[in-house]
Amino acid sequence: MKIYVNGHQKNFEATELCLTSLIEKLALNEKKFAIEYNGEIISKSNFSQTFLRDGDKLEIVIAVGGG
Amino acid sequence: MESDKFLIAGKHYLSRLLVGTGKYKDFKETQTAISESGAEIVTVAIRRTNIGQDIKEESLLDFIPSEKYTYLPNTAGCYTKDDAIRTLRLARELLDGHNLVKLEVLGDPNTLYPNVVETIEAAKVLIKEGFDVMVYTSDDPIIAKQLEDIGCCAIMPLASLIGSGMGILNPHNLEIIIDNAKVPIIVDAGVGTASDAVIAMELGCDGVLMNTAIAAADNPILMAAAMKKAVESGREAFLAGRMKKKFYQADPSSPTSGLIK
Repeated sequence: MKIYVNGHQKNFEATELCLTSLIEKLALNEKKFAIEYNGEIISKSNFSQTFLRDGDKLEIVIAVGGG
Repeated sequence: MESDKFLIAGKHYLSRLLVGTGKYKDFKETQTAISESGAEIVTVAIRRTNIGQDIKEESLLDFIPSEKYTYLPNTAGCYTKDDAIRTLRLARELLDGHNLVKLEVLGDPNTLYPNVVETIEAAKVLIKEGFDVMVYTSDDPIIAKQLEDIGCCAIMPLASLIGSGMGILNPHNLEIIIDNAKVPIIVDAGVGTASDAVIAMELGCDGVLMNTAIAAADNPILMAAAMKKAVESGREAFLAGRMKKKFYQADPSSPTSGLIK
């Protein structure tokens, strides 16, 4: 399935993929981040119940230096 | 000056200097400069993470721990109220329910001048959603008052354009804003060197927020220490109450009697 992560297309072979698995695949599990899934913020407690579908759009953000 | 505490959204702070975390050479320099500045409130930006990066890559928040600092996520780079609101909702999720935010909605990429119409609309929504909004705005006293009236917890007028280092271009407008305000007024943007910060504090500002003045100095660590002293001395001078200026009339400091004849 095709998923858009931060504007980039990512292809996954898995037919079933939850946000928790995606985070592991993207090696983000040790970082502090927040996710917007198709325009809606998903809290961490709901990651394992959120299953991705073809064409989904994700925004994954972190804190960076700024003024 | 232990008793002269600075209150933002119900929390007391000892330092009236707020600093940004951008434009430093590396996170170590960021950390050292912030430590030298004595700041307790530090701004951060919210951005897309790089996908496919090294798992061990360092992250800013590891260098400025939440036990030691109050984060102030900003909406830098947002040009509409919707983008600003979206960014701060993500920031709240990212920072585990943290409500204190810096709202800035920009109007133009060359000047980074605030779009106050979009700013006011964004502030209304954010306040309704429970955010404590510290708001970047122009030095227009009417807009500053409107932002206070809708419930912003601190009003942060510019001294001059973001990152310009031009200092305080309109001290009289800042004075009007300060005189009319019941919430803290923090000069945000435009400070270039220590004397600019001193002037802001002598005018009666409650604090100063800066990033580039420290990060873009030849020696950011030393400038951070200078800014700490500047904000403190400006505050003390304001509290002490300066002498009246006397034009065309000198007044000797030494006795006029007992001169050797």
